[in-house]
Amino acid sequence: MSAYIPVIGLEVHAELLTKSKVFCTCSAEFGGGKNSRCCPVCSGMPGTLPVINQTAVEYAVKAGFAMGCDINKFSVFDRKNYFYPDLPKAYQISQLNLPLCINGTVPIEYEEDGVKKTKNIRINRIHLEEDAGKLIHDDLNGVSLADYNRCGVPLIEIVTEPDMSSAAEAKAFVEKVSLLLQYAGVCDCKMEQGSIRADVNVSIMKPTDTEFGTRTEMKNLNSIKAIGRAIDFEIYRQGKLLDMGQKVVQETRRFDDNRGETKAMRSKENAHDYRYFPEPDILQVNFTDEQLDAIKKSLPELPAQRIERYINSYGLSEGDAKILVNTKILSDFFDTAVGAYNNPKSICNFINGELMRRLNLGEIVLENLPFTAEQFAKLVEMGDTEKISKNDAKDVFREMSEKGGDPETIAKEKGLLITNDLGKVAEVIDKVLADNGKAVDQYKGGDMKVFGFIMGQCTKALKGVCTPKVIKEELEKKLKSL
Amino acid sequence: MDVTSLKIGDMRSMLDKKEISVSELTDAYLDRINAVDGKLESYITVTADAAKKAAEKAQEKINKGESSPLCGIPLAIKDNICTDGVKTTCASKMLENFIPPYNATVMDRLENEGIVMLGKTSMDEFAMGGSTQTSAFKKTKNPYDLERVPGGSSGGSAAAVGASLCAAAIGSDTGGSIRQPSSFCGVTGLKPTYGRVSRYGLVAFASSLDQIGPIAKSAADCAVILNAISGYDSHDGTSSRNDVPDFTAKIGQDVKGMKIALPKEFYADGIDDDVRTAVLKAADYYKSIGAELIDCSMPSLKYAVAAYYLISSAEASSNLSRYDGIKYGHRSEEGESFNELIANSRREGFGEEVKRRIMLGNYALSSGYYDAYYGKAMALKQKIREEYEQIFTCCDVILTPTAPTVAYGLHENISDPAKMYQADICTVTVNIASLPAISTTCGYDSNDMPIGMSIIGKKWDEATIIQAADAYEKNFVRQNAAI
Repeated sequence: MSAYIPVIGLEVHAELLTKSKVFCTCSAEFGGGKNSRCCPVCSGMPGTLPVINQTAVEYAVKAGFAMGCDINKFSVFDRKNYFYPDLPKAYQISQLNLPLCINGTVPIEYEEDGVKKTKNIRINRIHLEEDAGKLIHDDLNGVSLADYNRCGVPLIEIVTEPDMSSAAEAKAFVEKVSLLLQYAGVCDCKMEQGSIRADVNVSIMKPTDTEFGTRTEMKNLNSIKAIGRAIDFEIYRQGKLLDMGQKVVQETRRFDDNRGETKAMRSKENAHDYRYFPEPDILQVNFTDEQLDAIKKSLPELPAQRIERYINSYGLSEGDAKILVNTKILSDFFDTAVGAYNNPKSICNFINGELMRRLNLGEIVLENLPFTAEQFAKLVEMGDTEKISKNDAKDVFREMSEKGGDPETIAKEKGLLITNDLGKVAEVIDKVLADNGKAVDQYKGGDMKVFGFIMGQCTKALKGVCTPKVIKEELEKKLKSL
Repeated sequence: MDVTSLKIGDMRSMLDKKEISVSELTDAYLDRINAVDGKLESYITVTADAAKKAAEKAQEKINKGESSPLCGIPLAIKDNICTDGVKTTCASKMLENFIPPYNATVMDRLENEGIVMLGKTSMDEFAMGGSTQTSAFKKTKNPYDLERVPGGSSGGSAAAVGASLCAAAIGSDTGGSIRQPSSFCGVTGLKPTYGRVSRYGLVAFASSLDQIGPIAKSAADCAVILNAISGYDSHDGTSSRNDVPDFTAKIGQDVKGMKIALPKEFYADGIDDDVRTAVLKAADYYKSIGAELIDCSMPSLKYAVAAYYLISSAEASSNLSRYDGIKYGHRSEEGESFNELIANSRREGFGEEVKRRIMLGNYALSSGYYDAYYGKAMALKQKIREEYEQIFTCCDVILTPTAPTVAYGLHENISDPAKMYQADICTVTVNIASLPAISTTCGYDSNDMPIGMSIIGKKWDEATIIQAADAYEKNFVRQNAAI
């Protein structure tokens, strides 16, 4: 197996987060009742015409900038013709020769055999096109039903050069692209909703070969895991074929997620001839330098910039910065929290500790936290300013994770709020010492171990009144004076 | 007096002076349709009830003093223009029962003006043809001779105007489909600059060439209708944001000093002598009223028909792919799989000519053939545009015959598609170059069949070709149709 070098290229499809569809004014949102988000235009009624959504064009360009692409100032739409019941016009408006973006680079980091590696993956092009509808097959009644809600949702296709040579690299690439698109604000990258999915091209070659081997394509893989498994299987399958002296057939293969195998779907001979030609209903896109500059300037902070900010302005470690930034929603939460309480390191530590613990336990999900970043920040601040003990802060956080709510209110209700009332402390210590005469005698007799017991009794009785530190000081003082 | 033979201007003043009501005018047309259209077969659908209601509404507007140039004017609409709630068949079995739930932008604009729609007119199936004999429903006849074709593809619209079955009509023109039938039926038809009129709701044939325009009894009537339907439409990205001038503004202005070019290739072999003589006579008339005639040349004309059929068929093959019988339109009873079902639906739903063009277009776009066919055609498109630009550096308008012949017999030409296509030689370059052109009657042959001439203008300069056509019409007596 190791005798072959895999050559992998990806086509990543990402749905853009525009309010309306790319060629009509229907909502582009995911979901909705069947065929409730379509109109004569996106359902391909006679005489209707597409009108380009400028925001979609802008988003595609933003994606291009995020991936270091050159933007074509002159770009053309084309028709890709094929019959399929989910494609009501029987052609997809796409881009062939003059896509919006070309020649980009996406740096990836990944781990292979326990070693951290980096690589630059070249982007051949990013073009804008429309999504197709969905078919729902009713096997029981032997019919298929079409839902056109997704028809015309704006889609970008990101095409790489064949620069990847392992499943790990391909997975890292898709993750990085997802992250870049999320930071650029153009795609939510929810794989489970199909808002990002990938076609994978795989071939293998011997190290001595000068030309790539014959490639196969697996379409519409909709999870990172499936991408990895399909690639691994295909490398294995092609390797076995070559080992046996057989040839790889150029074809499209379907990946069966349940079996973890790919199966032949359509050979090159039966491949579609899409009969592309320039879309006459849509004017060519012409950008001025000023327009492109304006789009570039409107681009939000990207992952690399944010990591830099966390390290340089916040003093976080590179590792911490990356952990935060690699999950945009977490990073945004962190930024909001820092906005409310300007102690990035402390907030980062609480995230790394308590928040991560609850997340990993599955008690909370980032997408739907029961508390706000501001409330979270307040809790961290309360711990830092000794309004609550560090240990009690964890208790309060558990309560916030279960029921939500304001940390101060919870701490007050639980009697955990530290008042540092020294009169009360003295009163309690006196009572504890009086109640535990035997222990006090032991202590005075030189048995230092019993201090812990007495301290424990005081802490228990003084929960929320003051910090253990103050109790300890006061208790030691008192014991000394006896 | 027969009000149905009036021009729009005369009708307007009668309506506004209350010498006739909109209902009376509408009824006069409906009566005439009843009496005559059985023979002429120009309408696929007559919307009598809706017309009567629209007439009442228009009358109210007039009574309230809210009249507008087209208020209460009875018009016919080509059956490839979508009309909300009214069957829009494209003269195809494929769309036999298709009722659009929306109006074409042109229809919205005309309805806002208060027109009375009398019905939907026949045409060549999906506007492919020049005879209206490929219609799946009404094979319209020529009002001057029922044994001859009315031209096409807007043959129903032109025949209805020629036979006074409407005051004017709306047609569409992809390669001559307004001008050629106007020529055959002895009326005036205008193909506007590409982008002047919104195509939204016009069932697409060849999107880069299609344009909606008026067919009427005079250039002045065309101008009034063009005023109503022109202008930018947010539903059509190819519609122009250019200002829309008043197209009647230059009517009546002296054509003295107007430079009229006559490209020699349009008068060469292949053009009937009668036609050539009549158009050249019209040129002489222009000279006599002070215009300057200029000789010029368009060397690419001999390639124009080939380029046109490649471009239009390529686009049509894609535009007509949506008719799969799944969402609307004809659906076959037979077919086990999706592919079988749509193949059967399309085989049964489309006529011969439409299938021929779909085949041609798919072939031209196929990988391996694209460069040789579609690519070459696009190069020729560029060449033709340049030649027009060159000619327009030294003239204001161009004068050509509209068609090589007068209307031919019902059963001629049909069997030889290549010969039929060649008959479009005089009109297709205008669409390829996105120019405006108007066809008006310039004479009659020995059988009293109308002969049309075309005046081609610079981009966006419809006003000048209207002026020129009107100047000729003012001095020309039209013979009434025999019907």
